Amino acid sequence: ENCPRQNRSSNSFDEESLSEEELAMLMEQVEQRKKLISTMRNKPWRMVKKLSVLREAQAFVEKFEGALGKGKGKKLYAYKMMMAKKWVKFKRDFDNFKTQCIPWEMKIKEVESHFGSSVASYFIFLRWMYGVNLVLFGLIFGLVIIPEILMGMPYGSMPRKTVPRAEQATAMDFSVLWDFEGYIKYSALFYGYYNNQRTIGWLKYRLPMAYFMVGISVFGYSLMVVIRSMARNANQSTADGDDDNFIFSWKMFTSWDYLIGNPETADNKFASITTGFKESIVDEQESNKDENIHLRRFLRVLANVLIICCLCGSGYLIYFVVKRSQTFSKMQNVGWYERNEVEIVMSLLGMFCPPLFETIAALENYHPRIGLKWQLGRIFALFLGNLYTFLLALMDDVNEKLAEEDVVKNITRWMLLGHHNSSMGNSSADTPPPLDPADVPRGPCWETTVGIEFVRLTVSDILVTYVTILVGDFIRACFVRFVNYCWCWDLEAGFPSYAEFDISGNVLGLVFNQGMIWMGSFYAPGLVGINVLRLLTSMYFQCWAVMSSNVPHERVFKASKSNNFYMGLLLLILFLSLLPVAYTIMSLPPSFDCGPFSGKKRMYEVIQETIELDFPLFIAKIFSYMANPGLIIPAILLMVNSLRKIPIKLKINQHPSTCLKLLTHVNLNKNDQLL
Amino acid sequence: MELHGRYHEMAPNVVPMDYTKDPDVKLPMQLIINMPELKENPFKERIVESFSEDGEGSLSFNDFVDMFSVLSEMAPRELKAIYAFKIYDFNTDNFICKADLEKTLNKLTREELTAEEITLVCEKVIEEADMDGDGKLGFADFENMISKAPDFLSFSFMFHI
Repeated sequence: ENCPRQNRSSNSFDEESLSEEELAMLMEQVEQRKKLISTMRNKPWRMVKKLSVLREAQAFVEKFEGALGKGKGKKLYAYKMMMAKKWVKFKRDFDNFKTQCIPWEMKIKEVESHFGSSVASYFIFLRWMYGVNLVLFGLIFGLVIIPEILMGMPYGSMPRKTVPRAEQATAMDFSVLWDFEGYIKYSALFYGYYNNQRTIGWLKYRLPMAYFMVGISVFGYSLMVVIRSMARNANQSTADGDDDNFIFSWKMFTSWDYLIGNPETADNKFASITTGFKESIVDEQESNKDENIHLRRFLRVLANVLIICCLCGSGYLIYFVVKRSQTFSKMQNVGWYERNEVEIVMSLLGMFCPPLFETIAALENYHPRIGLKWQLGRIFALFLGNLYTFLLALMDDVNEKLAEEDVVKNITRWMLLGHHNSSMGNSSADTPPPLDPADVPRGPCWETTVGIEFVRLTVSDILVTYVTILVGDFIRACFVRFVNYCWCWDLEAGFPSYAEFDISGNVLGLVFNQGMIWMGSFYAPGLVGINVLRLLTSMYFQCWAVMSSNVPHERVFKASKSNNFYMGLLLLILFLSLLPVAYTIMSLPPSFDCGPFSGKKRMYEVIQETIELDFPLFIAKIFSYMANPGLIIPAILLMVNSLRKIPIKLKINQHPSTCLKLLTHVNLNKNDQLL
Repeated sequence: MELHGRYHEMAPNVVPMDYTKDPDVKLPMQLIINMPELKENPFKERIVESFSEDGEGSLSFNDFVDMFSVLSEMAPRELKAIYAFKIYDFNTDNFICKADLEKTLNKLTREELTAEEITLVCEKVIEEADMDGDGKLGFADFENMISKAPDFLSFSFMFHI
């Protein structure tokens, strides 16, 4: 249909000047072709047709695009088009390259074909976490740790950077190092090592300011990345999924997992689909059954009461244990158990309470999906309660240390006086020789203590997870496989059989671990590095464990909807871990002799100091006006409002086209019927 | 090109390495449904039939690329819905009628359900999804139902190649 037009345009192209009208028409045709090229992918044509139409459109565009510029503008236009094309090609090549660079893609695909997409989604989540932690590590390492090590004062030059004389004898012992005391405590891994010098080195690097800003940007970057991931997930999944209108249709058309490539898994999937259908049929047939509502309500209330008792009990236990550990730390000769009691108790609670909750929940008789939500909510409450109890107990410790500081300051003053007098007696020099850094009495440095606690908690969490996997999955699989030959009942079919991969347990563990990292990274910059190592080894270790000792699930587990649920949980944990850090920054005074903020009344004063000393005067005035609460509160309200509108906008974007299509189809069908 | 490699290795004697002269080579269904991505899929024959030009199930290279592009992660939802409809329409009459539903269900459960259960499920499906009341699912009904399904894009209509 376009042939006559083409001939006419090619004739007029030979002429030097094109009329306005013809130019406009030509431009419209080129735009039309370009649009066709970009939407080619969506058309349900055969490949042959698509290819031929594509080639024709591309040839047309190439031939006449250059002609569209007028006179001198012609060359510029042609040049712009060429650059645009080159840019599109470059972007496509770069995208291809990026896809090839994604690590562990083959490993995850293998897991996916054996275990289905839900188990693989855990590993994809793990890989994403690894990426985020790597970026955070880069920030902290590059902007805080490296400058202090390269340009700051070296080890041994200042009291805060030296192991005290009393501890030097045992500072290299493995047991001391394992507790993160000794040389590790006085290294760049912890807050206490950093000097409060305003600028260091020949670069005049503002380390305290950098430390503060990096601490804040850790949270800022994590927030941005989590929200972006949630928005992307929300775009892909449409309806709530709780839509009960299409249960059987969806079971029929979307229950087969096209990613399964393994016959064993396929067998399991067939079985689970059949079971799923049978269950839905039974549900459908029994939906009119009469139930004893009162008994059910009573049982549910009873179950909730029991669980609240468990939660309170575990909270109290943790508080008690932390208090006890403080008295232990004052004693000499504490055994290994006393030193690690807090971590052991917390890990044990985390391991045994969830199954306990599941057993109690059997009283409630909920639909499995709803029951799962309750279970996850309760585990969340357990971990949160434990963590916050731990923090409260830690706060008591911190306040105690702050009170101790005055005492230490007095001791230091007397000691210096004494040293001064004794050295004046020996020589007649005016200035006394400086006191050896190892001999200066130290303040208690509560920030480093907090950092050490978080690092120890993280390390014990890592160990417990790995040991659980090793024993619970691998040793169990070995036992079932090898002892089966000489055992009375079939170990593989009955108890204990092979383990299934606990997706929700693992994902929750990852999410809470990340929460602890966020909380502790301000006081222990090295913590993120430890986490990066942990995630890296986790990926290999868990992939190996899953392939060697787990069996595919018997029941189907939907992957897509849960993804945003776990992201939402991560967001919540991010806010909850921001709170304690923000509180300590705003209201606790930093230690007087350790860390980058020592000597200040509050940590955030470093910002005021930098603005006053480094920026011109008018900026300081602007900031002082901006810090007015009258401006800040409306700004926060505006932000909250716009954040609320985002999910609404996303939902609107998804529906109009499908609504329209349905209307037109229905109308067409109606017309056919009328005819 | 990776897809060409896969196509070639299924029948190295028949498929030429050089495709610039656009040779007219088709591979029969038996070879294609033995690919690892399709081997375990209960709908493998229908998938290959819907993408084959002659409807018999033999795929030329273009059809082969077509199939993997529709089933990839990048294909838009509307396109996938169109081909999903074709696949589940066993008698190719542009409607998913009760007989098609019964065949789908039998393939999904490997015929482990009783006749009553099958009838019940098929009736429920038609009750849920049939908007225009003709007792079978037209494309509009199917698309309306599948566009709301949370799993349709994630794993229930996709390969990773």
